[in-house]
Amino acid sequence: MAATNILLAGFGGQGILFAGKVLAYAGLMEERQVSWLPSYGPEMRGGTANCSVCISDHPIGSPLVLAPDILVAMNTPSYDKFIDAVVPGGLAILDSALVDRRCEREDITVCYVPATSLSKEQGLDGLANIILIGKMIAERPFVSNESIDKAIDKCVPARKAHLIDANKRAIALGAAQ
Amino acid sequence: MKGNEALAEAAIRAGCRHYFGYPITPQTEIAAYMAKRMPKVGGTFLQAESEVAAINMVLGAAAAGVRAMTSSSSPGISLKSEGISYIAACDLPCLIVDVMRGGPGLGGIQPSQADYWQVTRGLGHGDKQLLVFAPSTVQEMVDTVFNAYHKADTYRIPAVILADGMLGQMMEPVSFPDEDKAEAIEKPWATNGHKGKRTHNIVNSLLLKPEQLEQTVFERAKRYEQVKQNEQLWEEYRMEDATLAVVAYGASARIAMNAIDAARESGLQVGLIRPISLWPFPEKAIEAAAGKVQGFLCVEMSMGQMIEDVRLVVSGRKPVAFYGRTGGIIPTPDEVLCEIKKLMGGER
Repeated sequence: MAATNILLAGFGGQGILFAGKVLAYAGLMEERQVSWLPSYGPEMRGGTANCSVCISDHPIGSPLVLAPDILVAMNTPSYDKFIDAVVPGGLAILDSALVDRRCEREDITVCYVPATSLSKEQGLDGLANIILIGKMIAERPFVSNESIDKAIDKCVPARKAHLIDANKRAIALGAAQ
Repeated sequence: MKGNEALAEAAIRAGCRHYFGYPITPQTEIAAYMAKRMPKVGGTFLQAESEVAAINMVLGAAAAGVRAMTSSSSPGISLKSEGISYIAACDLPCLIVDVMRGGPGLGGIQPSQADYWQVTRGLGHGDKQLLVFAPSTVQEMVDTVFNAYHKADTYRIPAVILADGMLGQMMEPVSFPDEDKAEAIEKPWATNGHKGKRTHNIVNSLLLKPEQLEQTVFERAKRYEQVKQNEQLWEEYRMEDATLAVVAYGASARIAMNAIDAARESGLQVGLIRPISLWPFPEKAIEAAAGKVQGFLCVEMSMGQMIEDVRLVVSGRKPVAFYGRTGGIIPTPDEVLCEIKKLMGGER
C-alpha cells in the first residue's frame, strides 16, 4: 500500500491526538514515512480536536489530511463535518455511542462501534479511542498488529506504564467488533 | 518528534547553552523543551519579562561569544526588531526563530507565511541583512539549526529560522547529527574577560562620526556580498523538463509538491523550486529557470511577499503568477493544482 491518510476527530480529552500518535509510531516501527499534525489552539481548550496522520512509502507532501482514506469520528459534529470528505472506497469508523447518525453514503465502508459504552463495560475507561484503532487495523491492516503493540509500548508514558496492557486489550476488543 | 521540540533539541546539540524567550503560540513548545533540557546540560534557560528583554539578553550572551538563541512568533518577533538591529550592528552571531502565525496585529494562531518581508527586510532599522532559512520538514528544521549557527558564526551575522505553525506543531521522524558536527569557530572578538592577557574587546553599535559609521556599513556590505555569492540554498523537484516553475518555501512547498505530482499525472510539465535560504534569496535558481520555463507560479501563505524577489530576478522576461491563502488558512493541493491548470491551459 503506497499511502494511507487518516483523520481522527472528536472532543478534546477523548485521546484523539494520542490515538493518532500510536498510528504514526506504528508506521515508524515499519520504517515508513509518517507525519502527525494536530489541530491546535482554541479547540484544544475543550472544544473539537482533530489530528491528521499520513503513513506512506514515499516522502509526504502536505501533512494536512483533507480527503481521508480513513476517518475516525468520536462525536456528531466531527461526523457531520468530515463524512463527505472521505474518499470513495474509504473507511469511516464511528463511536456509535456518541454519534447519533446513520451514514447514507454507499461508496464507503462504515463501521459503527459503540466504543465509549464498551470501554465502560469492560473496565477500559478512557480507552474508546484505542478500541476504535483496534477496529481500524482489523478492517484495513496498513500496519501490522505487532507494530501497533510496539507503538503502544512507546507512546504510553512511563508514569502510566500500568495502562499498557489495558491499551492492548482495547485493541483486541476493537478488532473483535 | 514535534517540529518545535526537534528544533530546540537541535539547538542544544549544536552547542546552544543560552536560551531566552517569552511564551507565544505556536512556538511555546520550544521554550518548554528548553526549560526541561537546559538545566540538564548545564545551560541557561530564562523566561524573560518580555520579548524585548529576551532579545537584549541574546545580545549580551552573543557578545560574550556563546551560542545564544531566542524564539517567538510573529507579533513577538516584531517586538524584538530593535534588539535585532543592534545585534546586527554589533556583528554578533545568534539564532532567532520565528514560528509564523496569521497577522497583522495579534492576528490569529494558525499557520502563516506573512512574515517574509519582516524577516528578509524589515526586522530592525538600518543598512543591514539577516541570514534567513526556511525549512520544510521536521528533519530539515534540525539540519538548518546546525547550518544557521555555523553560517552566523562564520559571517558574524544573526541568523533567523523562519518556520510556521504547521511545521512547529507537526511530528515527523528525525535523526540528529552528532554533536561534534557543530564546528566551533574562533571568536577573538568576544567580550569574555581578558585577564590582562590581551587588549580589551569592545562590542558597540553607537558610532557618532558619519565617516566611521559608513566604513563599518561598507565592511558589512562586503560580507553580505560574499554571503550572496556563496550561501544561496534551494532544492528543485521535477524541474528537469518543466515549462512552469512553482516557487514555494516551507509548508507551502509541501502542498505545492502534492499539486505538482497530481499535475504531472495529467501530463503537465511542472516542477518546484523551493528556496531554503530566503536571504540570500536563491537568485541563481530563478535565473537558471528563467531561461528555460515559460512562466512561474509563486505559492505562499500570504498575499504575495516572496514573489517580489522572484520578479526582481525574472525582470519581466517571463510571467510570474501568484496563488496564496492567508490569515491562518493553508492552501489545499487541489487549489494549487487548479491554478497550475489555469496557467497551463488544462489537461494535455
